[in-house]
Amino acid sequence: MIHSLFLINSSGDIFLEKHWKSVVSRSVCDYFFEAQERATEAENVPPVIPTPHHYLLSVYRHKIFFVAVIQTEVPPLFVIEFLHRVVDTFQDYFGVCSEPVIKDNVVVVYEVLEEMLDNGFPLATESNILKELIKPPTILRTVVNRSTNVGDQLPTGQLSVVPWRRTGVKYTNNEAYFDVIEEIDAIIDKSGSTITAEIQGVIDACVKLTGMPDLTLSFMNPRLLDDVSFHPCVRFKRWESERILSFIPPDGNFRLLSYHVSAQNLVAIPVYVKHNISFRDSSSLGRFEITVGPKQTMGKTIEGVIVTSQMPKGVLNMSLTPSQGTHTFDPVTKMLSWDVGKINPQKLPSLKGTMSLQAGASKPDENPTINLHFKIQQLAISGLKVNRLDMYGEKYKPFKGIKYMTKAGKFQVRT
Amino acid sequence: MSGNSFAYSEQAGGGEATELGQEATSTVSPSGAFGLFSSDLKKNEDLKQMLESNKDSAKLDAMKRIVGMIAKGKNASELFPAVVKNVASKNIEIKKLVYVYLVRYAEEQQDLALLSISTFQRALKDPNQLIRASALRVLSSIRVPIIVPIMMLAIKEASADLSPYVRKNAAHAIQKLYSLDPEQKEMLIEVIEKLLKDKSTLVAGSVVMAFEEVCPDRIDLIHKNYRKLCNLLVDVEEWGQVVIIHMLTRYARTQFVSPWKEDDGLEDNEKNFYESDDEQKEKTDQKKKPYAMDPDHRLLIRNTKPLLQSRNAAVVMAVAQLYWHISPKSEVGIISKSLVRLLRSNREVQYIVLQNIATMSIQRKGMFEPYLKSFYVRSTDPTMIKILKLEILTNLANEANISTLLREFQTYVKSQDKQFAAATIQTIGRCATNISEVTDTCLSGLVCLLSNRDEIVVAESVVVIKKLLQMQPAQHGEIIKHMAKLLDSITVPVARASILWLIGENCERVPKIAPDVLRKMAKSFTNEDDLVKLQILNLGAKLYLTNSKQTKLLTQYILNLGKYDQNYDIRDRTRFIRQLIVPNEKSGALSKYAKKIFLAQKPAPLLESPFKDRDHFQLGTLSHTLNTKAIGYLELSNWPEVAPDPSVRNVEVIELAKEWTPAGKAKKENPAKKFYSDSEEEEDSSDSSSDSESESGSASGEQDEEGDSSEDSSEDSSSEHRSDSESVSEVGDKRTAKRNSKSKGKSDSEDEEKENEKSKTSDSSSTDSSSVEESSSDSESESESESESESKKVTMEKEKKTKEDRNLTKDVSLLDLDDFNPVSTPVVLPTPALSPSLIADLEGLNLSTSSSVISVNTPVFVPVKTHVLLHRMSGRGLAAHYFFPRQPCIFGDKMVSIQITLNNTTDRKIENIHIEGKKLPMGMQMHVFNPIESLEPEGSITVSMGIDFCDSTQTASFQLCTKDDCFNVNIQPPVGELLLPVAMSEKDFKKEQGMLTGMNETSTVIIAAPQNFTPSVILQKVVNIANVGVVPSGQDNIYRFAAKTVHSGSLMLVTVELKEGSTAQLIINTERTVIGSVLLRELKPVLSQG
Repeated sequence: MIHSLFLINSSGDIFLEKHWKSVVSRSVCDYFFEAQERATEAENVPPVIPTPHHYLLSVYRHKIFFVAVIQTEVPPLFVIEFLHRVVDTFQDYFGVCSEPVIKDNVVVVYEVLEEMLDNGFPLATESNILKELIKPPTILRTVVNRSTNVGDQLPTGQLSVVPWRRTGVKYTNNEAYFDVIEEIDAIIDKSGSTITAEIQGVIDACVKLTGMPDLTLSFMNPRLLDDVSFHPCVRFKRWESERILSFIPPDGNFRLLSYHVSAQNLVAIPVYVKHNISFRDSSSLGRFEITVGPKQTMGKTIEGVIVTSQMPKGVLNMSLTPSQGTHTFDPVTKMLSWDVGKINPQKLPSLKGTMSLQAGASKPDENPTINLHFKIQQLAISGLKVNRLDMYGEKYKPFKGIKYMTKAGKFQVRT
Repeated sequence: MSGNSFAYSEQAGGGEATELGQEATSTVSPSGAFGLFSSDLKKNEDLKQMLESNKDSAKLDAMKRIVGMIAKGKNASELFPAVVKNVASKNIEIKKLVYVYLVRYAEEQQDLALLSISTFQRALKDPNQLIRASALRVLSSIRVPIIVPIMMLAIKEASADLSPYVRKNAAHAIQKLYSLDPEQKEMLIEVIEKLLKDKSTLVAGSVVMAFEEVCPDRIDLIHKNYRKLCNLLVDVEEWGQVVIIHMLTRYARTQFVSPWKEDDGLEDNEKNFYESDDEQKEKTDQKKKPYAMDPDHRLLIRNTKPLLQSRNAAVVMAVAQLYWHISPKSEVGIISKSLVRLLRSNREVQYIVLQNIATMSIQRKGMFEPYLKSFYVRSTDPTMIKILKLEILTNLANEANISTLLREFQTYVKSQDKQFAAATIQTIGRCATNISEVTDTCLSGLVCLLSNRDEIVVAESVVVIKKLLQMQPAQHGEIIKHMAKLLDSITVPVARASILWLIGENCERVPKIAPDVLRKMAKSFTNEDDLVKLQILNLGAKLYLTNSKQTKLLTQYILNLGKYDQNYDIRDRTRFIRQLIVPNEKSGALSKYAKKIFLAQKPAPLLESPFKDRDHFQLGTLSHTLNTKAIGYLELSNWPEVAPDPSVRNVEVIELAKEWTPAGKAKKENPAKKFYSDSEEEEDSSDSSSDSESESGSASGEQDEEGDSSEDSSEDSSSEHRSDSESVSEVGDKRTAKRNSKSKGKSDSEDEEKENEKSKTSDSSSTDSSSVEESSSDSESESESESESESKKVTMEKEKKTKEDRNLTKDVSLLDLDDFNPVSTPVVLPTPALSPSLIADLEGLNLSTSSSVISVNTPVFVPVKTHVLLHRMSGRGLAAHYFFPRQPCIFGDKMVSIQITLNNTTDRKIENIHIEGKKLPMGMQMHVFNPIESLEPEGSITVSMGIDFCDSTQTASFQLCTKDDCFNVNIQPPVGELLLPVAMSEKDFKKEQGMLTGMNETSTVIIAAPQNFTPSVILQKVVNIANVGVVPSGQDNIYRFAAKTVHSGSLMLVTVELKEGSTAQLIINTERTVIGSVLLRELKPVLSQG
C-alpha cells in the first residue's frame, strides 16, 4: 500500500524519507513541488496528485507536508487517515510536531514509523502499544543520551482482545477524568440571524486506573446525541440497546466519543456581534466598529474571546481603540486580531476606529467576515449531562471527575 | 592544513561532519590526498570502529548516526559489512536499528545480506511469539531473490503457528514474497486459503489484504469464509475493516442478484419514495416484490452498519460505498448522516468525502437534501473545498430551496476569493438552466453583476449569460444591448469574444447596434486577442450575410486585416470566410449555402456537473478521486442475472472437523451461533423493524430462510442448523450475559489463545450443553458481583447522601460521580435533595412529552412586504422602510427583530441618523441601532433593531433624528409578527389543544370559493399573515399551524378545518385570548377572499 513517506517543510526541503518497500527516488517529489507552485497557498495543494508511475497523497499539518507515495489503487482516505494518525502520534510523543523536533528525534521517529507500517500496511497505530514498543523521549534520557528508546519488554496488548490497553497498569492514585467539550459551528448573517448552526461535541478522557477496569458511563439525556462515533473500545451493542457507554478504557488520554447534535434542534448562540464596517468610494478612510455581547449564555461568563478578521486587500492600515483587550493588525497579511478576554455584560467590549484605504482604489465589494473564538467554562451548550460513571472489574475506588466546556468552532459572522 | 581539519572533525563529532564525509566518499575517490577528505574518510572509519568496539553504547551511537543518515536520504551502503555483523546483538535497540538498516540496503548488497539470514532462521524457532514474528517480518522484508525458498518455507510454517500474531505476520509476508517473485503465486494461494479459514480477528484483515494483492480474482476462496468474515468484521482492527469491506463489496456484486430490480417499476415515484416514510415503503415493497434478498446479502448489510460509527474516516467511507453499491436503494439513506459528520474533519478528508458526496448527489438528491446547510461555504475554507461544496449545492438545488440558495450565492459572489466568485457565477448559470422557475431571476441577477467592479466577475457573468441566452432564444434584446455597451470597458478576452458571438448570433434582433459594434471592433482589431479576432471575423461574416448594405466595406476591411495577421489560425479563418461569403468566380457550390452555414440554429450547451461521469468508478477509490483508472483498479462487476448457487457459502461442519482438531468443531459452532444471536439482537433493538412484521414473525421468517438454504447442503448440517435456530433466543441471551461477565472478570480478559485452550479442554459431550454450563456459571458470578456491589452501596448510603447534598449545592460542573444512589431507590431520599437519577427520570419525561413544543423552528416563509416608517416627503428626503425578517432577535429573546432600510433621496449628505425620544407603553422595550454617522446622497443602509412589544399590538413611537431634524415615527406590529414558529408533532398539537379549550378558544366560519381551499393556497395565506410553523397533519381536510408568542412564549395554535360546501372552520387556541382574537380577525378576510 504505502510505499514511501517524505516529509517536506514549507521551504520545499525534504528533511526525512522512509521507505517500506523498494526505494523510491526522491525526485518523485518534483511533481509535488510543481503542484505546490500552482496552488500558491499551501492549503490549496490537492491531496491527491497523479504522476506517471506513482500517486502522491499528502496531508498538510504543522507547516509540514507528509507525502505518501502509492503505486496501486487504494482507498485515498485510508492513506490520508493513516498520515493523520502519524502526525497525531508524533504530537503525542514529542508534544509538538515540528521540523526541528522531528530532526532532533530522528531515530525515535524512524523506529516509530517502522512499527506503524509493515510492507505499507498499518501494523500498530494505537499509541498505547507504540509507547510500549518505543518509549517517548524524556528529559532525563535526552541528557544521558546513552540509554535506549526501545522498551525492554515486549508489548502484549497487541495480542489480546483489548489491543488498546496495556496489561499490568499500576497507579497509586486511581483517577478518571472526562471532559465534555462542545464546539459551535455557525454562520451568522449580516442582520444577526443564524444561517446555520450545529454543535459538535467530544468526550475526551484521561483515565489512570490500575488493572483492567470496565467502565460504564450513562447520560441524563442521551437522546440529544444525534450522530456518534466511538473509540473502538466502546461496546456498540450496549449503546444501541441501552444508550450506555460501556468500555474497557485505554490507559491515559484518549477520545472516547465524538458526537453531533442535529441542526434540527435550535442551537443557542451565546454571543452576538454588532458591527458597523463601512467603506466609502471617494475617501481613503473607512469606519470600523464592532461590539461583542453575550446572548444565551445560561448565566455563565464568556471568556477567551478572540475576534479575527481577514480585511480586504485595499486596507492599508487601521487605527483602532479597543475598550478592553489588545488588538493587532498585520498590514502584510491584512489580518486583524483582537484579543478581548472576558465579556463583562455591564460594559460590553467594543473596538472602534478608522481604516486607511489605498488611495484611488475602488472600495472592496465585500465586507470582511468576522471569525469568533470564545470559551464558556462549566457549560455544555447542548444541555448534555453525564448521569453517572460506574466501574466494575476492580476492587479499589477511583476518583472521578467531569468537566464541561463550550467553545466556538467555526463561528463566522458575515458583515 | 591536514592537521587543522583533522582537529576540527575531531571536535565537531556531530552528524554534520559525517554527512560531509559521506558525500565525499561517494563522489571522490578515496585516494584523493586533499586533507579535508582524508580526514572525513577517517570519520567513516570512526563509525566502523565504533561498530566493531566491544561497548554497546558506542555501537548504539554509531547506529543512531547511521539511521540519521538514512533518514536524510544520504547513502550509507558502504558501512554494510560493519553493520551486518551486529545483527545478532543482544541489545534490542541495536538489533532494531540494524534491522532498519538491513531492510533499506539488503537489496543493494545481496551477497553480504545473506550473512544475516541464519540469525533470522534461528529466531524463527524462538519460543517467544513476538521474536518469531519480528524475525519473519525482517526476513521477508529483505528483497533478495536467492532466499525465496527460505521465505516460502518460513511463511508456511508461520501460517500454522499457534500465535495469531505470528500468523498475521505470515499474511503480510505473503504479499512481500509475491512482489519479489510472482512465480510463487500458486503456493502462496494455498497459504492464503489456509489463513482465510483462520478465526482470529488479528489475521482476518491482513490475509484479505494478501488475497487482494495476490489473487483478487479467486472469489471462490471466499465462499466458505464469507459468513465468518461478516461476523468478525466489527472486531477486526480498523485498517483491516477497510480492506475487508472493499473486498466484500466486490464479492456481493458477483454473488447476489440486484436488490434494485424492485425499484425499476417504481422509478417514476422515486422522489416520493425518499420523502415518504421508510417503513411504509418497505410494506409496499413486500407486497409487490417477487424478489427475496439472500440472507447472506442481508447479513453483510446488517453487520457493516455499526461501522458507520467508526472514528476512522476510511472505515466510514468504506461502509458508505458498500451501502451505495450493494444495498437496496431504500436503505442507502442512512449513510448520509455519517458522511456529513466526516466534513468536520481535516481538509484532506473533507476533500475526498465531498468528492464522493458530489457523485452521489447527482443521482440521489434526496439523500443529502436535509443536510443542505452543512455544505454552506465558510470564508476560511480552502478554495478547493469551497468549489466542491458549491458543486454539491448546485446538485441539491430544486424549486423548494433555490431561493435560499440564491440568497446564499449572493454572498459568495462578493467573496474576496475571486476564483470562487467566478465558480459561483457558473453555478448560478447552472441553477438557472436546471430550474426554469428561476431562470429570469438568475439572468437579471447576472446582468446586475455586469456592473461589478471586478473584471473576473464580469467576464464570468458574460460567459454564463451567453450560455443562458443561447438556451432561451427569447426576446432579450435589452440584455444584449447592455452587453454591447460593456465592450468599451471590459478587457478579458473570453468575455469580449462571448459578447461578439452573442451579437453575431442575434444580429437580426439588434439591427442598429450590430454594425456599430463591428465598426468599433474593426478599429481595434489589431490590438485584440486571437480569440477575439476570430469572433470579430465571425461577426463580420454574419453581418455581411444579413445586412450587406451597411457592412460590406467594413467586413472586407476586416478580412484584409486578418489576411496579414501573425497568427495562422486567423489567416486560415480569414481565407475560409472570404471564400464562403464573398461571391467570386472561383467560389464553389458552398457559398450558396453560406447563410445556412453561418446562421444555423446552434444547439444550446448543456451545463453539466463535472461529476456526472464519475459514477462508473467504485466510490471511495483512488480512481474515483482522479477520475481515471488507477493502476490495479478492480472493476465492480454488474449484478448477475441469476444468482450463483448460494449453498457454496454453507460451511460443512464435518469436513472441517476432519481437517481441524476436535477443538475445531467446538470452535466452529461459535460463529454460527453468533450469526443467529446477532440477528436476533438486531431484530430486537431496531424498533422500526425492516421486515415490517411482528417481531416473532420476522424471527421465524429468518429461521425459515436459513432452513431453506441449509437444506441444499448436506443433511447433517441442516439438522445442526435447525437445532441451533430453535434455541435462538436462549443462546442470544446467554451470549450477552457471557460477554458482560467476560468483560468484568479480570481472569476472563485473556487473549483468544487461552479461550481456545479452554474450549479444547471441555471437549466431550455436545457443544450446546457445554456452552450452557459455561454461560450459566458466568451469569451466576455476574449476579453475585452485582448483589455484592449493591450491598456495598447500601452500607454507604448515609455517607453518600450528605456528600450528595453538598455536590448538588456545589457547581454542577465537577460532579463527583462516585456516590450516586442506584436508580431503584429514589423513594427513600428526602425530597429537597432530588437524586440526580430522579432528575434524569424527570428530564426523560420532559423530553418525551413537551420538548418538541418549545423548540422554535425557522420561519416557513418570510414575506418581503415592507412598511413605510417615514415617507421621503415628510422626512425631507430621508425615507425609511421597515420589515420583519422573522428571525429570532439577536438583542434579546423577547424582542421582535425589525430591519429598517434608510434611503437618502436628497442630493446632500444626511449626517448622524439616530433614534431619540422613545415613547413606549408600559413594559415595552426597544433596542436601537447604532447611530449612523452619515448617509451619502442616493445611498441606502439597512440596520436592524429589536422591540419587545409585550405581546400586544400597541404602537411603539419614537423619533428618528438627523443632525438637523427630528421626525416622529411609529411602528405598529401586525399581530402575526409577534409570533415565532414552533415545530411540533400532530400528537403534541392535539394534546396542547386539548388543554386550551373553553375561554382560550376562538373560532369562526369562513365561506369562500373551493379553489381557495387547496392546501397550498391555505398554507400560503396563513404563513403570509402570521409567522407560524406548519404541523404535519394526518387528515386531508385539516390544516394545523403552531407558534408561540415572542414575549411570553405562550402557544398559539391555529386550525383550519374544511367542511362540506365552501365553508371552513377557523379555530385559534391560545392563552393570550386578545392576540388570538385579533389574529382571527386578520386571518378571516384573507382566507375568505379570492
